[in-house]
Amino acid sequence: MSFDMSVTMQTIAELRGVTKTFGNVVAAKDLNLSIGKGEFLSFLGPSGCGKTTALRMLAGFEKPTEGQVLLDGEVVNDLDAHHRPVNMVFQHYALFPHLSVFDNIAYGLRQQRPHVDKQTIATKVEQALETVRLGGFGPRRIWEMSGGQQQRVALARAIVNEPKLLLLDEPMAALDRKLRKEMQFELQNLQRQLGITFVLVTHDQEEALSMSDRICVMEGGSIVQVGSPRELYDMPRSRYVAGFVGTSNFFDATVTDSAADQITVRLASGQKVHGTPEIPIDAGQEVCVSIRPEQITLTRALPTAEIALPVTIQNRIFLGEHTEYLARNEALGDFHVLVPRQAELNEGTFNAGEQAFVSWGEGALLILEN
Amino acid sequence: MRLYAICVYLFLYIPIGIIALFSFNAGRHASQFMGFSTQWYGKALNNPFVMDALETSLLAAFITACLASTLGTMAAIALQGVKGWLRTLFDAMIYIAIMIPGIVIGIATLIALVTVFGWLNPLLASLWPDGANPPQLSMGMPTLVAAHTMFTMALVIIIVRARLSGMDRALMEASADLFATPWGTFRQVTLPLIAPAILAGFLLSFTFSFDDFIIAFFVAGSETTLPIYIFSSIRRGVTPEINAIGTMVMGASLLLLVAAQLLLRRGASKSNN
Ligand SMILES: Nc1ncnc2c1ncn2[C@@H]1O[C@H](COP(=O)(O)OP(=O)(O)O)[C@@H](O)[C@H]1O
Ligand SMILES: [Mg+2]
Repeated sequence: MSFDMSVTMQTIAELRGVTKTFGNVVAAKDLNLSIGKGEFLSFLGPSGCGKTTALRMLAGFEKPTEGQVLLDGEVVNDLDAHHRPVNMVFQHYALFPHLSVFDNIAYGLRQQRPHVDKQTIATKVEQALETVRLGGFGPRRIWEMSGGQQQRVALARAIVNEPKLLLLDEPMAALDRKLRKEMQFELQNLQRQLGITFVLVTHDQEEALSMSDRICVMEGGSIVQVGSPRELYDMPRSRYVAGFVGTSNFFDATVTDSAADQITVRLASGQKVHGTPEIPIDAGQEVCVSIRPEQITLTRALPTAEIALPVTIQNRIFLGEHTEYLARNEALGDFHVLVPRQAELNEGTFNAGEQAFVSWGEGALLILEN
Repeated sequence: MRLYAICVYLFLYIPIGIIALFSFNAGRHASQFMGFSTQWYGKALNNPFVMDALETSLLAAFITACLASTLGTMAAIALQGVKGWLRTLFDAMIYIAIMIPGIVIGIATLIALVTVFGWLNPLLASLWPDGANPPQLSMGMPTLVAAHTMFTMALVIIIVRARLSGMDRALMEASADLFATPWGTFRQVTLPLIAPAILAGFLLSFTFSFDDFIIAFFVAGSETTLPIYIFSSIRRGVTPEINAIGTMVMGASLLLLVAAQLLLRRGASKSNN
C-alpha cells in the first residue's frame, strides 16, 4: 500500500502554518502537513527537533502559537484534548496504576455521554484485549504486567475508542530490541486491520522506514521533507535527510556547470561527475554528493564504469547476508561499501591492505545541498 | 558514637517505659512496684471526668482531622498552579506554621481571638433586638478546632503536595486524552492516587490534635481535653491511673502514626510502578 497525497486521498488532519514557541524556544516552526485517512505517518528526527510538540498539538495538549490545526476539516485550535476524537499512546504508557487492565481499557468508554451500557463496554474491552493478544488479562493489576504487555494495554486503551487519529509517542523506546521488532510488525498489522490513521513519533529511522506509509523528517522544529520511505531513501533533498534515512557516503564537491536538468560537479579528487539535483543549484556552489554503501561495487580489476576510484581495503565486517568494507581513497577519504553475499561469492573476499576499485552505476550518485 | 546514641535513646524511652510499667502497678504509689494489676485501667475507664475529657479530645481531633485534610488537600492542589514569588510566600508561611513553637501559636491565637471577640461581641449585641439574648463569642470547642486546624493543615499540605509532585503528569493527560473532563480526571485519577497521602494527613492531624496540650491549654476555654485533664490531675500527684491513661493515649497515637507511615510508603511504591 502506498500513499500519494496528490491522488485521491481524504484528509483527516492538517497542520497549516503551525508554530509553537515556549518562551523563546521555538519548538515547532511553520509546520504544513496533511495527514490522509487510514495512513501510517511518522515524524522522524533527532531528540529535541519538535516531534512530540507536533503530536501534542494534534492531541490538544498544546495550543499552537500561530497557525491552525484541523481535524476532519474543522479548525480545532481551541478544542480541549478531552473533546477531540483522538487518542494517544504515551511514551511511558501512562497507565493508571490504581486500575486493573480492564478498567484502564474501559476508561475512555466510561467517559462517554450518554453512558455506554456495561455489556457493550465489557464486549469492546474483551475485543480490544484480543486484538492486542492479551485475552484473559483483564483482571490483572498494571504492575503485574511486563513492559511489552503494558505497551499492549496502552494500545488497547487507545484503539478501543476507535479514534480518528491514533498518536504514538516513541511507543517502543522502552522495549528491548527483539520485542521492538516484534511490536513493529504487530503495530503495522494492527493498523492495516483496523484502518485507523496512525501518527507515530520516533527518532529510530529503522522503525520509521519499516512501518510508515509516509515519513515526515524534522530538523530544528521544521519539516525538511515528507515522502514515502522509498522516496526519502532514493531522493533525499538534503544531506541531513540522506544521513537520517539510511546511511550514506558523503563527499564535498563544487558545482562547475549547471544546466536545466543536469549539473556537473567536481570532486575533491578532480573527477567530474554528473547528476540531477532535487532542488535548483547554481554553478560555483559548494554541494555534497552521496552514494549509498550498497550501490557501490568493489572489484579487483579496473571496471568499465564512468568513474572508478582506486582504494585500499581498511577493514571488513561480516554481517551475514552482507559484508561491510571500509575502503580508503587517497583524495576522497573513506568509503563504506556493502557487498551482498552473492557478489562476494563471485569476487571473493577482500583482505585488509588489498588494492581494489570502487565504482557505481548511473543514478547512484546524488547531488545534495550541504 | 554508638554508645552516645544508646544513651540518648535510653534517656528518651526509660521514662516512657516506667510510666507504662507503673500503670500496671498493684499498689497506689508511683515509687514502688507492688505486683501486676490492670485495676488502674478499669478505674480510668470508669472515671466520668476522664471519659468526658476523652470525648472532648476525640471530638476535637476528629473535626480537626476532617477540616485539615479537606482544606489542606484543596490548598495543595491549588498551590500546584501557583508559581513565582506568590509560591515562595505560601511555602514560607507553611513552614513557619510548622516551625513556630506551640506555645507561641497558643498565646498568639488566644490574644488574637480575645481581641476579635472583644470587638465582635458588642457589635453582635447591638444587632440583636432588645430583650433577646445575643450570642456571646468565647473560647471553646470551635476555637480549639480552629487553632488545631490551622497548624495541622500545614502538615497535610506538605504531605499531599509531595504526593502530587511525585505523580506522573502524563496520567492526567492520559485521562484528558480519554475524554475525561477536568473534574472527571480529578475524581477518577488524581483523588484515588493521592488518597493514601490524604488519609495519612488525616491520621497525623488527628494524632496531633489529640495529643496537643500547649495550644489547647490557651484556646480551649472551659473545655477540658484529655491532656488538660492529665495536667491538672498531676498537680494533685501522679497516680497509676494517670499512668494508665498516658499509656493508652501513647499506644493509640503510636498506632495511628505507624498507620500513617505505612500509608505513605505504600502509596509511593504503587505510583512509582
Ligand atoms: N513544555 C515545554 N516548555 C518548554 N520547552 C519545551 C516544552 N516542550 C518542549 N520544549 C522544547 O521544545 C523543543 C522540542 O521538544 P520536543 O517536541 O519534545 O522534541 P522531540 O519530541 O523531537 O524530542 C525542545 O527544545 C524542548 O526543550
Ligand atoms: Mg519526544
